[in-house]
Amino acid sequence: MDIKQISVFLENNAGRLAKVTRTMADAGINIRAISIADTADFGILRVIVDRPEVAMKALVDDGFTARMTDVLAVEIPDVPGALAQVMELFQQTEVNIEYLYASLKGNRDKAVVIFKVQDIEHGRRIVHEKGLEVLDKF
Amino acid sequence: MIFNPEYEAMEPKARETLQFARLKNLVDRLYHSLPFTRERMDGAGIRPRDIRSLADLAHLPFTTKDDLRETFPYGLLCCPQAEIEEVHMSSGTTGIPVVDAYTRRDVENWEEAMARTLAGAGATSNDTVQNCYGYGLFTGGMGVHYGAKRLGANIIPMSSGNTRKQLMVMRNFGTTILTSTPSYALFMAEEAIEAGYDPRAMGLRAGCFGAEPWSENMRLEIEAKWGIDAFDIYGLTEITGPGVAFECEAKDGLHINEDLFYPEVIDPETGAVLPDGEKGELVFTTLVKEGTPLVRYRTRDITFLRRERCSCGRTTVRMNRLFGRTDDMLIIRGVNIFPSQIEHALIEIEGTDPHYLIVVDRGATYLDEVELQVEVKKEFFSDETRTLETLRARIEGVMKSTLGVTMKVKLVEPKTIERSVGKSKRVLDKRTL
Repeated sequence: MDIKQISVFLENNAGRLAKVTRTMADAGINIRAISIADTADFGILRVIVDRPEVAMKALVDDGFTARMTDVLAVEIPDVPGALAQVMELFQQTEVNIEYLYASLKGNRDKAVVIFKVQDIEHGRRIVHEKGLEVLDKF
Repeated sequence: MIFNPEYEAMEPKARETLQFARLKNLVDRLYHSLPFTRERMDGAGIRPRDIRSLADLAHLPFTTKDDLRETFPYGLLCCPQAEIEEVHMSSGTTGIPVVDAYTRRDVENWEEAMARTLAGAGATSNDTVQNCYGYGLFTGGMGVHYGAKRLGANIIPMSSGNTRKQLMVMRNFGTTILTSTPSYALFMAEEAIEAGYDPRAMGLRAGCFGAEPWSENMRLEIEAKWGIDAFDIYGLTEITGPGVAFECEAKDGLHINEDLFYPEVIDPETGAVLPDGEKGELVFTTLVKEGTPLVRYRTRDITFLRRERCSCGRTTVRMNRLFGRTDDMLIIRGVNIFPSQIEHALIEIEGTDPHYLIVVDRGATYLDEVELQVEVKKEFFSDETRTLETLRARIEGVMKSTLGVTMKVKLVEPKTIERSVGKSKRVLDKRTL
C-alpha cells in the first residue's frame, strides 16, 4: 500500500532541472507528482512516477544521486476542508509529517496528497484503520 | 628614521665579516650540542671547520618544516630548557605545530628587529601604536608589542577583532600607527565610514601590514582610504615572527635584518643558490638565535634579493614582495592553512568523501571569504533537507574548530569535483592581490 518516491540531489546550477527531467523523459517515464525542497545551496527533487525502478536506473546511470523512499499517497476529495480533516486525524493519532505535497488526479474530483511521515509503520496502520483511500500506484 | 644605523647602515664588507663570525659560531654550537645537526652534517660529510666563508654555507643541509614537525616540541632546542623565556607556535600541515622558543637574548633581538621595522614606517617614541595583530601563540601580537616598547612608543594592545571598539580606541587615544593584516585595515576603514566617521580624519599616519599576501593595488587602496602610508612587513614563526624584513619610506622592497637572519634564494628543485635578482625559494639561517636556531630553513616563499643601495640609507639586502609559495599553503585572514588539514578533517566526518574544493575570494568586505565545496556520499544522501543541513553545519563546525577559520560549506553532487592525476586541484584562489 506504500508508494515509491524518488528523490534526487541537485546542486543549484543552471540546467540541472532540465537535465534530470530529460533523463526521465528519455526513459519514457511519466511523472505523476513532483516537488522541490530547496535551500540556499542545493535542492532535493521529489517525484512519484509510473515506473519507479526504471526511473531510478535511468537516473543513476546518468550520474544523479538518487534514492527511493516509501511514502503514503492518500486520495482525498477535491473539496474545501478535505485536507484539514486528514491533518487533524494525523494530529490526533500522532502521525508526524516530515513533508508533504499534492497532485490533482486528472478527470475525477480527487486529489492525491503524498506524505512522508516519521514512522511509516505507524502511519500505514492509522490510514488503514481509519479507512482512508491509499494508493499503491497512480 | 633608521633605528640602529650601526647595523642597518653598516658597510656591506664589514657586515659580511660580522655575518661570517656569527655563522661560524652558530655552526660550532649546533654541531656540538644538537644531535640533529651533527647527524645531518656528518651525513653530508661536512665538519664545522669546512665553513671558511659565507659562501660555504651552501654546503650545509637544509632544514624543512617536516624536520620541525618530526622533532616537536623540543628536538631542535639548543639551550637548557630553563633558559626559555617564551614560546610561540604556528599551525603545521597535520596539526603538529611549529615551535619557536626564545631565550632572553632571543626576545631582545626580536624587540630590536621589530623596533627597526616600526622605525622603517617612520614610528618614533612619540607615536601611539594600535596593535591589531592577535596576542597569544601567534607571533604577530607580541612581536609588534616588543618592538613598540623598545622604540619607547605608546602601545595599545588591542589584539584582533571587535572593530567598533578598535575605532572607539583609535578616536580617543590618538592612534598614529596601525598594525594589522592588510585586509583588516580595509575592513576597519569600511566600518568607520559606516559608523559615520571619516577614516582620513582620525589621525593615523602610517600602518605596518603583514601576515598575509597583499598587492600594490591593495596598498594604494589602504593609503587612500585611511590617508596614510602603508608598509609591508614580513616574518615567520620559525625564524622569529614579524621583524625578519620590512619596508622603509622608499616602499621599494623589504629590508632584511640580515645581521640577524641571513637570507639565500635557492632553486626549489635543485637546491642550488641563485644569484641576486633571480626568483626562487627564500631560505634563512638565524645567525644569533639561542633557543631554536635554524640553518638554511626553507620558507617555501618565493621572491628574489636585491643589493643595490636604497635611498633611505640602509645598506641591508632587500627582498621583493612575495610572488607566492612553492607549496599549497593558503593564508586566510592571516591563518596558515594547508589543504591536507581539510582533507584530514573531512575523513573524520561520516557522510562526506574527501573530495573538496576550496574557493577563496575577497568579497565586498575586503576580508577573505572561503567556500568549501564538499561532495556528499551517495549513501548519505537523504530525501530530507534537514539531514543534509545538519551535515553541512557539522562540517562548518569541525572546520572552525580544527583550522580556526570560518568557512561556508557547500554540499555538491558526488563526482562533480574535478579529479586529476597527481597533484589534484584543491584550491581556487580568486583573490586579486
